[in-house]
Amino acid sequence: MVQQIFFYYLAVASIASAVMTVGLRNPVHCGLALLSLLFHIAGFFILLNAEFLAAVQIIIYAGAILVLYLFVLMLLNLKTEERFLHRRYAFWLFFGLLAAGQAFLLLLRSPFAGKPGDVTPEKITQFGHSHTIGIVLFNEYFLPFEIVGVFLLGAIIGAIVLAKDRPPVAGKEEASR
Amino acid sequence: MIPLSSYLAVSSVLFVTGLIGVLIRRNFIIILMSVEIMLNAANLNLVAFSSYLDSMTGQIVALFIIAIAAGEAAVGLAIIIVVFRGKIATNVDQINLLKW
Repeated sequence: MVQQIFFYYLAVASIASAVMTVGLRNPVHCGLALLSLLFHIAGFFILLNAEFLAAVQIIIYAGAILVLYLFVLMLLNLKTEERFLHRRYAFWLFFGLLAAGQAFLLLLRSPFAGKPGDVTPEKITQFGHSHTIGIVLFNEYFLPFEIVGVFLLGAIIGAIVLAKDRPPVAGKEEASR
Repeated sequence: MIPLSSYLAVSSVLFVTGLIGVLIRRNFIIILMSVEIMLNAANLNLVAFSSYLDSMTGQIVALFIIAIAAGEAAVGLAIIIVVFRGKIATNVDQINLLKW
């Protein structure tokens, strides 16, 4: 019963904050609505016995990614615009709603079944979620883990190279680059 | 006990909201935020399936998705800063120099 109340609260709040993220006019308000969405998704993770992922969600998403977004928003000093939707937004909204209909059709038709694994909730409560996820991550998924590390290195280098202020160079060298 | 399909319904609503945000908004930063909504919906889906099927794989993939989202945000925001420096606009319908 408590679980259901918690679930319905999280569902309503996360969908409302997603709609606010898409629909609000001021970009900073959109960022704050996105923050609320991320916290509620972390609540869902706790409901699903994934405490480690909930902590990661709050630390990385809300703590790092969202701060990056807000930082750039304030750095660029965007003002609230009169026209915040795309010029042909009705056209694209139609296709978005078409995709929504498709998603709900698929949702109604799917059997939602699969081969169950061996990590039962009892095991997770016995060893702790970070222990369980760590054992699987560093045994079976070690190579993808390393690849993600290399990917993050590439993203860091790419971001620095892109955003670096290039010093102005005289004519010929500018053309040869 | 909450059925799995409730989680899937919530995550599909979130995904479609993000998709509509990508399609209709003008500001490039808001478009990136909508992409984050879609990634979060996918994460919720993966974790729900992983929890209901007693398998850890979905949660590992969700962890990787969070890392990829961090990289995507960093590179996307760097691109916005470069475009903004040259053109003083972050609206996608004003960034059209490649459309000639």
